[in-house]
Amino acid sequence: MDQGPSRAGQGRSGLALDLYRTMRRIRTFEERVAELFVRQQSAGSMLHLSIGEEGAAAGVGRAMVEGDSFTTHHRGHGVFLARGGDPNRMMAEIAGKAAGYCGGKGGSMHIADMALGHLGANAIVGGGIPAVVGAGLSYRRLRRPQVSVAFFGDGAMQQGILYESMNMAALWRLPVLFVCINNQYGMGTHIDRASASAAWDERARSFGLAAAMVDGEDTLAVYDAASALLAGARDGIPGYLGVSCYRFHGHARMDKSPYRDAAEEEAGRRRDPIARMANRLRGEFEVAGAEIEMVDAAAAAEMDTAMTFAIQAPLPEPAAMFTDVFAPDQPAPRPVADRIAAALGES
Amino acid sequence: METTYREALRQALDDAMTADSAITLLGEEVGRYGGAYGVTKGLLEKFGKERVIDAPISEAGIVGAAVGAAMTGLRPVAELMYVDFIGLAMDQVANQAAKIRYMFGGQIGVPMVLRAPCGTGRSGGAQHSQSLEAWILHMPGLRLAMPGTVSDAYHLLRAALRLPDPVVFIEHKALYVRKGELDTQRMDAPWGRAIMRRGGRDATIVAYSRMVHRALEAAEALAADGISAEVIDLRTLNPLDMETVSASVARTGRALVASEGHLTGGAAAEIAAQIQEACFDWLEEPILRLAAEDVPVPVSPALEAASVPTAESIARTVRRMVHR
Ligand SMILES: Cc1ncc(C[n+]2csc(CCOP(=O)(O)OP(=O)(O)O)c2C)c(N)n1
Ligand SMILES: [Mg+2]
Repeated sequence: MDQGPSRAGQGRSGLALDLYRTMRRIRTFEERVAELFVRQQSAGSMLHLSIGEEGAAAGVGRAMVEGDSFTTHHRGHGVFLARGGDPNRMMAEIAGKAAGYCGGKGGSMHIADMALGHLGANAIVGGGIPAVVGAGLSYRRLRRPQVSVAFFGDGAMQQGILYESMNMAALWRLPVLFVCINNQYGMGTHIDRASASAAWDERARSFGLAAAMVDGEDTLAVYDAASALLAGARDGIPGYLGVSCYRFHGHARMDKSPYRDAAEEEAGRRRDPIARMANRLRGEFEVAGAEIEMVDAAAAAEMDTAMTFAIQAPLPEPAAMFTDVFAPDQPAPRPVADRIAAALGES
Repeated sequence: METTYREALRQALDDAMTADSAITLLGEEVGRYGGAYGVTKGLLEKFGKERVIDAPISEAGIVGAAVGAAMTGLRPVAELMYVDFIGLAMDQVANQAAKIRYMFGGQIGVPMVLRAPCGTGRSGGAQHSQSLEAWILHMPGLRLAMPGTVSDAYHLLRAALRLPDPVVFIEHKALYVRKGELDTQRMDAPWGRAIMRRGGRDATIVAYSRMVHRALEAAEALAADGISAEVIDLRTLNPLDMETVSASVARTGRALVASEGHLTGGAAAEIAAQIQEACFDWLEEPILRLAAEDVPVPVSPALEAASVPTAESIARTVRRMVHR
């Protein structure tokens, strides 16, 4: 399944190193997001880190190809980085700055980039799922070879919209993949207390989707499963991929996870896709330790730069409030102040 | 006793659940977690998991189940983590809960309360910061409470839990930590009545929820300039107590309505229209509305803050209205 110039001739070990690099970049990015918050430079505290979930983002992201589109949930920084997101513009968006992907209007939970196929992160659990069905319809009618991928958490497995979407995708044989990043928790609720059954692949199969569940600690396995499902989706057999992992930290920045005990967290954090890949690189793939350290150092430098960029970037102009409600050639909404002035006969 | 808005809400649920065993809480994170904003903390431990039910992330199902439970003997309190998520449950709210008594010829009511926090201030963005009371106000069959004070947080919730019909109870997330006086034996005014929070001669500021505090701050600033502004707190939007509002506007001759919902088609528009119907002959100036800009709520903190009325913008507007 290897595609693209950077992948040619590298084989499995090149792929493994690439996946490692992507995961390290994601983790370091998220660590800088946490620091941005501590330094009170982020727009608010609703920042959801994907630390521990890098295997899902890197594995599926790498299996997708240029032109494939996707939507993510609120914990979507990792997926977007894996699909080529620019850390500077992402971090600036998280800081609410004009240089951010959405001009500071969207923030962490609404990063989007149409140029890279990112149809948008979503702060409504399940909110971004049906859009990939629509994208699938477009690609089919417009005879394009793309697939659209919905990334969402285990929490969305309990939202009705997912099942409407799965049914339509299967009914109409659309090039769509549903990816559930199952980090075991929706906020403080373990999946055992949210879902009567965790056999979610069976739910998907019962709708007529091809389905697989993989361990998100094994990033190569995620990549392989996603590659197979994406190939099927391109042929009109939509898929479901469940990736299990562990949310290393609290739900958002203010959550200290008091509902989890220390032993559980310790065990959960040992399910580390990055550490596991590093071991495999050094052992099975015979990559030199120095090379891995170089990857780590490059990620640190890149994400430090992104954080500094975000901190130094200017805030949006006040007038930006009124743009983007409608298309640029349309009149902007009239500010409340104008209405008041008119009513008072001042204008 | 002095307490917080959050604690007053918790106390109201606690006291109501003690008094009425039919009251059952249902929502995401309401039990073990104690509510996303901590309002239901301790209630699971006290009342048990049959009465405090942690639900999956299934808003349509949660609200719909509350409707069915209300029709069959329980008095459910469903919680939405943010009022924005009412979008997912709107069919159950507007097509089911609101219409069941009427459609079924008065055979049965839906005595439930739907609690949800609204408002800006956390950089929560376009899907976590809205004030959607207009959606509810528009719908016959729904009661709507929006407490601004600690005392009302307690008493309006207790009152809502005695009503025969569905009540949407919208809290403001910026008020949870606000302190104030609470006497659990004494309500400021009965359910459905507005109240004058500050007397004045020159203009009436009509507000509810957080805007009550911004209006009071504005009135204080205006007093320093020699302008005497009256502040009316609506407390409930359905029922809407136009008697209290009209009596005030008839005296002052000037009215400004302040709301955190969008300007167009908002609650302030309805209130302004009713003031005009009731007070046309007494008005010295056009009725003004200060409301959220007609744009989705932006994340960037400066833009977010500028998108809703402030004490300054209220004071500035009243000043111009009085000095015109
Ligand atoms: C419709 C809706 N309901 C509730 C919430 C509040 N909320 C935000 S994230 C979250 C948990 C989501 O869990 P999951 O889907 O597993 O994603 P995770 O946070 O674990 O990545 C909840 C309940 C929301 N944003 N949208
Ligand atoms: Mg989860």
